[in-house]
Order: sequence, then structure tokens, then C-alpha cells
Amino acid sequence: MAVVAPNATEIRGLIRKAKRWDVIFVSLGIACLGIGLLTFATLFLDMLIDGWSRLNPEFFTQFPSRRAGQAGILSAWVGTTLVMLVTAFFAVPLGIGAGVYLEEYAPKNWVTDIIEINITNLAGVPSIVYGLLALGLFVYTFGLGQSILTAGLTLALLILPVVIVATREAIRGIPGIIREGAYALGATKLQTVKDHIVPYSTPGILTGVIIGMSRAIGETAPIITIGALTFIAFLPPSPISDVPPFVNFEWLKAPFTVMPIQMFNWTSRPEAAFQHNAAAAGFILVLMTLLMNGLAIWLRYRLRKNIKW
Amino acid sequence: MTGPGPSAMPTVVSARLAKKFSRNLRERAIEAILFFAAFVSVLTTVGIVYVLVSESVHFFQRVSLWDFLTDTQWTPLFDDAHFGIMVLLSGTITSSLVALVVAIPMGTVIAVYLSEFATPRAREISKPILELLSGVPTIVYGYFALLFVTPILQALIPGLPGFSLLAAGLVMGIMIVPYVASISEDAMRAVPMALREGSFAMGATRLQTALRVVFPAAISGIAAAYILGISRAVGETMILAVAAGMQPNLTFNPMESAATITAYIVQVALGDLPHGSIGYQTIFAAGLTLMLLTLAFNLVGFYMRKRFREAY
Repeated sequence: MAVVAPNATEIRGLIRKAKRWDVIFVSLGIACLGIGLLTFATLFLDMLIDGWSRLNPEFFTQFPSRRAGQAGILSAWVGTTLVMLVTAFFAVPLGIGAGVYLEEYAPKNWVTDIIEINITNLAGVPSIVYGLLALGLFVYTFGLGQSILTAGLTLALLILPVVIVATREAIRGIPGIIREGAYALGATKLQTVKDHIVPYSTPGILTGVIIGMSRAIGETAPIITIGALTFIAFLPPSPISDVPPFVNFEWLKAPFTVMPIQMFNWTSRPEAAFQHNAAAAGFILVLMTLLMNGLAIWLRYRLRKNIKW
Repeated sequence: MTGPGPSAMPTVVSARLAKKFSRNLRERAIEAILFFAAFVSVLTTVGIVYVLVSESVHFFQRVSLWDFLTDTQWTPLFDDAHFGIMVLLSGTITSSLVALVVAIPMGTVIAVYLSEFATPRAREISKPILELLSGVPTIVYGYFALLFVTPILQALIPGLPGFSLLAAGLVMGIMIVPYVASISEDAMRAVPMALREGSFAMGATRLQTALRVVFPAAISGIAAAYILGISRAVGETMILAVAAGMQPNLTFNPMESAATITAYIVQVALGDLPHGSIGYQTIFAAGLTLMLLTLAFNLVGFYMRKRFREAY
């Protein structure tokens, strides 16, 4: 025969060579994952080391100051907490309501299509554009000013798609027999939704809410765009008062600052002392988002393990 | 059960009817409220378009569209004002390109590895870590780019300025990696197992199967991941505002500092511009440009994702 068939050793050599590429690629994949992880570890440690000297109790109880060593994040964390309250107040009911509507009620027609396309599109809109929306609409047209209410509303709109998508996914995981069972016992649609659909999808919805809130905590661009001040050395009026009716809503209209803006302000100063403050604030910020995301991932993991329909 | 007597019948029926009526009313009301919640997303879009367009209309009454698109200077706050969006676009494009040079190869390799090679356990550990990475606030990445990455780059590249598109772009790339990796991985996992089995049966190795069978089969989904990554990079704000500088600069050289569209909006918002001034209006014109840019990318990405879903 003219054609020489490759012998067994040659074939083994070829196979070995091809398999070597497999190994090379796996190493490359692990290396890329490693770079990502290493970057994150470096970022975390870099901020911990840079900010270590400032991470003490006074840092949380002092207002920003012209002297870096005395500056703290009191007004920033109070501001962040209040803004998050407003954000959750609007985003959670609206997001869950929209998710329930789209999964349980929406008829298949062009209105529903438009809503769905809108939500997909909004998820991809850059956050700074939400800031421009808030500046033009909330600040000037509605006259809400550069207040906690404006910031909370803006962030609520920003994270709405996250909450809606999570709600829909959670509801979609509930099998149809649950609904049929409820209807068979004479429940109305509202009763089915209220007593079965929403309770059973709560862990999934909660995951989405936590991820959305962790995103809102770190958002800087839209809050800067509405014109939040970077130097605030006072606290908004307390939500609780000692005279009836014991609550007041003056704080909604108060000027404010939030953690990421405080950090941005310190980062953009040339003095190294302020950059230590920025690192400390950044570390707290990362720790917070890390804990929230971790909680969300853990919740989802438990959810998958425990529920078998 | 004996039931109510004939004389009691009408009142019982009407009571039940009334109850049913009020129940129906409540059902309808709740449905309307839920519909309103869903409709908020439409209102948001309408609001965004209204705000951007109405302010931009004022802007384009003062500045011609032609100047906006062709002028090579961006000095809206100077006496000799120029409004060439090209200047800001060049910063946006350059930084996005740097980010994509990092994010696309890394994201793709990670996606192929996780989808075709990793054990289920490795995947279960890696995916949440990637998710955590994408949850880091961008201002923190900005700090990292300015105060950690820039000094290192300056040691490696003499003459690199303190603010550069390179440092910002690199960190932005790392930030986008999880995004690209996770969408590409979804696309590759959607490829039916039979294709892989066919390839293995022909004697192909895992890598050959991954690159020559799975990757081409998932290409439209992977392309969608790239495009959504681009749209992410174009809209990113804080990393650039912190680490790339805020000086408008018509350049495609990543070693220079330059303002992007987003960084310009931040810069103006930090100042105290009166409502209705030309400076105030420029950020809406810039925002409209940004919105149109990302909208175009998102639509292409959306279309491609839809296509790959329907392929099998």
C-alpha cells in the first residue's frame, strides 16, 4: 500500500498533543478567573490598608471637615440610610406589583409587549441618564429640590427593573397546580395571589430587592447629577419628634450627602490625608455591598436546595 | 342542611350578591393598581425622553446640529464657546476600546471555561464570586484606578499623566468581565448537548468541541454579550470621572487624559449652573447623545439575544 497508516505510537502522540491544549486552556481559564479574583482581593486589601488609620468609632460620629484627620462620615451614612428608606418604600411595592401584574394578570397584547420591552430597555439605560431625568423632572418640574426625596425616587426608578425581573422569575418558578388548587377551592384571583403566589415567591423577591438595594447604595452618578452637595456638616431633621404626631417628614426635603458622594469628594482631593478617608469610606461601602450580595446569593442557594414542588 | 326558609331567601341572595359585587370591585381595583405599577416603567421612559429632548431642543436653538457634530472643540463654559461633541465622544470611544480589549478576551475565556470545562462544583463557586465582583460600586473602582493602578502604570510607562484613559479603561474592563462572562456562558450552555456529543463521537477533544462547535453555535448570544458590554462601558461614569480626568481633549491616545460624555455631565453637575443656562442645557444634549448611543447598542444586543434563544 502506498499510504502508510500512522502507527499506534503516532496516534497516541497526536492525542496527547490535542489533550495538552485542553490542559493549557483550562490553565488559561483558571488564570483569568484568578485575575478577576486577585483584582478584587487587591482592591479590598488596598482600601483596608489605606483606610486602616481612619477606621475607628469617631469616623462614624464626626461630620466632614476641612481637616482630614477630624473628618468623618456621619452625615454620609445617615444620608445613605434615609435615601435607602425612601428608595425601598417606592421600589419594593412598585416592583413587586409590576412583577405580579406581568406574570399573573397581563393579557397578551401590545400594551403588555410595550411594558416588557420598556423594562428590558430601562435595565440598560446608563445610571447617569436617570440623574438627568431626576434633574429635569423631580428637581425643577415637580419642584422637589435637591432633597432626600428626589434622590430616593431616582434610585427607586433605577433599581425597579432589578426588582421586577427578580419577582417575575420567582413567580415563574411556582407550578401551575398551586394556582389551580386555589381556584378549585373557590379562591378569587386576588386571594390566590395574596395567599399563595406572593408568599411562595418571597425568598426570590427578597433576593432581587437586596441586590437592587446594594446597587442603589453604591450609585454615585445619578445623585451627583441631581446636584447633591458634597460638603454637608449637619443632619437632616429627625424623623421622630417628641411632640404629637411623633413623626415628621421634614427630612424628606432636607439637603443631604451619601456615602459614595463623600468618597468621591475625598478621592478627588489632592492631599493624601483625604485619600485615607476615601479609602476608609470605600472599604465600608464595599463591605456593605459585599454583605448584601452575599446574603442574596446565600438566600438563593438555600431556596434552590429547600424547595421541591 | 335545611337552608333558609322561603321568606328569608331574597335578603340572603341580595346580601350574597352585594358581597360578590364588592369582591369583584376589589379584584378590579387591585388589578388596576398592579397595572399602574407595571406602567411606571413606561412613564419612566417617557419621562427620560421628554426631559432629554425638551432640554436638547432649547440647546439646538442656540447651537446648530452641524456645529455640534463637526466642531473639534468643546468649551461650552468659555466666552468663546464651542460645542463639538466629537471631543467628548473621542474620550468615550477610547476608554471603551481599552475596556473591551480587557473584557472581551477575559470574559470569553472565563465563559468557555465555566461552560465547557469546569466541574459543577467549580462553577457553583465561581459564579457567585463573579457576581460579587460586579456588585462593587463603581466609585470604589474609580478610587482603585486612580490611586492603585495609575501609580503602577506610571512606573511601567514613563510619562503617563496622573489621569489617563488607559488606567480608567483597564479597570473598567475588569468591571465588565463578569457581565460579558455571564451572558456568554448562558449562551453557550443553551447549546444542545447533542451537538457536543456528536463532536466527541468524532474524536474531538473538549477544546476542539468548545471552540469549533459550541462557540460558533452560540455566536449570536456571545455577540450580544459583547454588545451589552460595550453599552455598559459607554455609559460608565464614576471610574472615568475619577481616573480619566475632566479636561475635554480630542484624542484617541489612551495615554492621555480626556473627559468622556459621562464625566462631563458629572463635572457640570458638581458646579453650580443656573437652571436654563446654556451650560445646563449642554448636559442634556450630551445625555441625549449618550442615550441614543446606548439605546442603539442595547437594541442590537436585545435582537441578537432573542435570535440565539430561538435557534434551537
